[in-house]
Amino acid sequence: MLSKLVTRQVFNHGLRLTKRAASTAAQQKLVGDRNPQVNYRKLFINNEFVDAIAGNVFEVLNPATGDVIAEVADASEKDVDKAVKACKDAFRLGSEWRRMDPAARGDLLYKLADLFERDRAYLAALETVNNGKPFKDSYNIDIPHCIAVLRYYAGWPDKMNGKVLPISGDFFAYTRREPVGIVGQIIPWNFPLILLCWKIGPSVATGCTTVVKLDEHTPLTGLYVGKLIQEAGFPPGVINILSGDGPHCGASIVKHPDVNKIAFTGSTQVGKIIGGEAAKMVKRTTLELGGKSPNIVFADCNLDTAVEMSHFALFFNQGQCCCAGSRTYVEEKIYDEFVQRSVERAKRRKVGDPFDENTEQGPQISHEQMDKILDLIESGRRAGAKLLVGGQREGDKGFFVQPTVFSDVRDNHRIAREEIFGPVMQILKFKTIDEVIERANDTEYGLAASVFTNDLDKGIVVSNGLRAGSVWVNTYDNFDPVAPFGGFKQSGLGREKSEYSLDSYTEAKCVTMKISQRNS
Amino acid sequence: MSSTNSKAPNVEIKYTQIFINNEWHKATAGKTFQVINPSTGEEICQVEEGTRVDVDKAVQAARKAFDIDSPWRKLEPVARGNLMRKLASLLRRDIEYLSKLETLNNGKSVQDSKGDIFFSADCLDYYAGWVDKMVGETIPGAQDQMIYTRHEPIGVCGQIIPWNYPILMMSWKLGPALACGNVIILKPAEQTPLTALYVASLCKEAGFPPGVVNVIPGDGPECGNAISVHQDIDKVAFTGSVEVGKKVQEAAAKSNLKRVSLELGGKSPLIICEDADLDHAVKLAHRAIFGNAAQRCTAASRTFVHSKIYDEFVARSIELAKKRVVGDPFDSSTEQGPQITAEQFERILGYIESGKKDGAKLECGGERVGKKGYFIKPTVFTNVKDDMKIAREEIFGPVMSILKFDSYEEVIKRANNTTFGLAASVVTKDLTRALTFAQRLQAGSVWVNDYDAVCNQAPFGGYKQSGHGRELGRYGLEEYYEVKTVVIKLI
Repeated sequence: MLSKLVTRQVFNHGLRLTKRAASTAAQQKLVGDRNPQVNYRKLFINNEFVDAIAGNVFEVLNPATGDVIAEVADASEKDVDKAVKACKDAFRLGSEWRRMDPAARGDLLYKLADLFERDRAYLAALETVNNGKPFKDSYNIDIPHCIAVLRYYAGWPDKMNGKVLPISGDFFAYTRREPVGIVGQIIPWNFPLILLCWKIGPSVATGCTTVVKLDEHTPLTGLYVGKLIQEAGFPPGVINILSGDGPHCGASIVKHPDVNKIAFTGSTQVGKIIGGEAAKMVKRTTLELGGKSPNIVFADCNLDTAVEMSHFALFFNQGQCCCAGSRTYVEEKIYDEFVQRSVERAKRRKVGDPFDENTEQGPQISHEQMDKILDLIESGRRAGAKLLVGGQREGDKGFFVQPTVFSDVRDNHRIAREEIFGPVMQILKFKTIDEVIERANDTEYGLAASVFTNDLDKGIVVSNGLRAGSVWVNTYDNFDPVAPFGGFKQSGLGREKSEYSLDSYTEAKCVTMKISQRNS
Repeated sequence: MSSTNSKAPNVEIKYTQIFINNEWHKATAGKTFQVINPSTGEEICQVEEGTRVDVDKAVQAARKAFDIDSPWRKLEPVARGNLMRKLASLLRRDIEYLSKLETLNNGKSVQDSKGDIFFSADCLDYYAGWVDKMVGETIPGAQDQMIYTRHEPIGVCGQIIPWNYPILMMSWKLGPALACGNVIILKPAEQTPLTALYVASLCKEAGFPPGVVNVIPGDGPECGNAISVHQDIDKVAFTGSVEVGKKVQEAAAKSNLKRVSLELGGKSPLIICEDADLDHAVKLAHRAIFGNAAQRCTAASRTFVHSKIYDEFVARSIELAKKRVVGDPFDSSTEQGPQITAEQFERILGYIESGKKDGAKLECGGERVGKKGYFIKPTVFTNVKDDMKIAREEIFGPVMSILKFDSYEEVIKRANNTTFGLAASVVTKDLTRALTFAQRLQAGSVWVNDYDAVCNQAPFGGYKQSGHGRELGRYGLEEYYEVKTVVIKLI
């Protein structure tokens, strides 16, 4: 089936599981555990699980049912203090972490990756119960990607070379790439485990220590990873993991005087607040924010592939991707055919129980998100866009929204300008290359974009013209660990994954020594 | 002194044939050659002797494995890396057996063999981590162009390795070559083929596709030369003597201009300054010359000592040399095993004679130990002058030559006065002096207050006739890829 092909093409960045794991997966009919045990509900600080100091807890829901799964510790300012102190101790000059051979840091990441591989089925089930994404996606996409990312970063620690400089005068000068220090990392709910790995990977690789705040909707898998970190043998305090909210826990991390760097993934709105706060203390900041990514389909594309990939680009992960292809620009010549096929495809999209192996789309993360999506759909209707399929809540339990497709969308419609973060596809018509590039770039965002064409020139020229951090040609959502990911404009600052990510986690120190005589 | 009667455990010899396409072959010419235990001088076993025809067979297999549509060429970088990490884990898994086999064939202590194997596994892991981090570039040319570079594997790489570190040298060769996606034809030294053949079996077990790694035991003039002159081998990497290195490069050029990298000999200076901690310096100088029975290309075979500390340094060095335990490498108290062959053994004794004849003072050692195997006593010469044979030529045996110096300008000149340039070391606490020496010494590796500070992360190689090209580190990769520039004109 074309949709399977899509998943394989997009996510097959070379993960080769151990022979045992691969054959086990093949043999078993893939059934996820609907009631995975939740054994880790406390804050992970200094390699220990502890209650919040004030004893507060909060509820974690299963978005497929709206039921409470568990209560977890609710970290506030004092807990953040404790975690940051643990980071500081672990980062002290002369500490085990600072003295560790770089290759040994890498070995810890390889070990952690192996543990993810060992616990793949459990992690996938827990991720699905808490986030709502289909189990087959958690199992086949999320966890393997986590493993690939950890292994990618595992290879870096002993390869981050500085430079010896051709300086003038009697000097010997060189740079060292030193860890930036104590980092605070705040992650969202749409890819809990993947984003945890995107954050701790570079932190560990560069020798930093970190306090991670999990999103309050989806803390369960991150807290379990604390146990794996312990098991892998990381020294205490190197990675600390907190469950808590934004206004108290997150804000405390951002404002903490001992935190040297902040990495945040979330909405542009919150990103601006965090960036502002961090700027007051000149904290290094990287932000991965929202998007309204244009997906441009030319008449000379392979239409079947373009329709399927465009569908995937929008609907993957319940539409809850910062880089979702949420403005599908289709060349006039093929517009009608494309719309018709996209509607058919959306009609076929199976929504339901994330543990059902046929399900393609689970619930949205929360009631609040669901309402926001339905509100935006309503705005599309009112503005005059043509609602061709979906548009309603699905069922009355859990937070499911029908796969929705709008055609005849205008650039100034709210649904074409604002990030919806839901299963709502906007199809717009265009005539010429210059026109569509201009319209595609007419946004405050700049996270991703895509081009479907068989023409060499179009592929390159249009890619060159799009103001977006990731431009995919004849594909979508390629998150290979070697490729940098991040936003132009208000989609963010800095890049994640790839060698580029290391720059955000290191400081360049230049050492200049006076010597008696320099010769070349 | 431990006994030279071998306590060798029964080490089963599992592989004695030629390894091509993940299969074991007998030699086409039908001959075998003898492999000797240097501790006893006795035969361990016979091994199939590869000749030109076998090399040709291997090249065909390798070329097929390198076809652009082959499984190896289509493998994602990460998958290549995983195969390499798997191989590393197998080396560690089999370290007990492998270390004994290395010791049996090479004569180094079991502890040293184990150290080599750990270092080898780490080397493979190090390069496995590079596979998805080697990048080409996009280049800003004219506006209507898209320009980028691809780093492509060179192709069929011939690799000729020596006998002093059989497993380690094999891993130094496999690591970068495999990381870049090449295919390999490796010829181990005829003195020490056994561990290379076992490692070949591990390559198969790890899952490398057939033809990616091929191992041909054989000698230099026939088998090694076949590699150097082969028209369908794209690159040759050689570690060995300067004399043979020159032949390899010449043959490579005359045949098909295959790319060449060479790691050759040395006559590396170790300079002890007046502010050195004497105890530390003596111990350092001792291991810097005598380690691995002095069979190291980096051996510190010229020890320059400042006149102010010369007498005390000499006295302590002689004492330490006399205490060095020579004997059966399977005895855990042994520090120094045998030299590799009767030929090397005779050669070293010949140098010792020349030292005596040239007027150097033999302070200790200078003769054979025991009656079996190729053991030589740790030997110390003082009153060595720069123009003596023992101060100019590579001995590759346990002979320490101590020379006196007065000024630092003078010693740098004397240290550089050699056709070699592999390594150098200075022992001093003074910051400026250390940096000045580092700048002025003509050697590929300069060590301060240490010796043999070789690690997988940093490049290693020679100036001048000690070779060209670098192994290890990111630099080591540069020998194993070709750069292709692609320019797309935009209409």
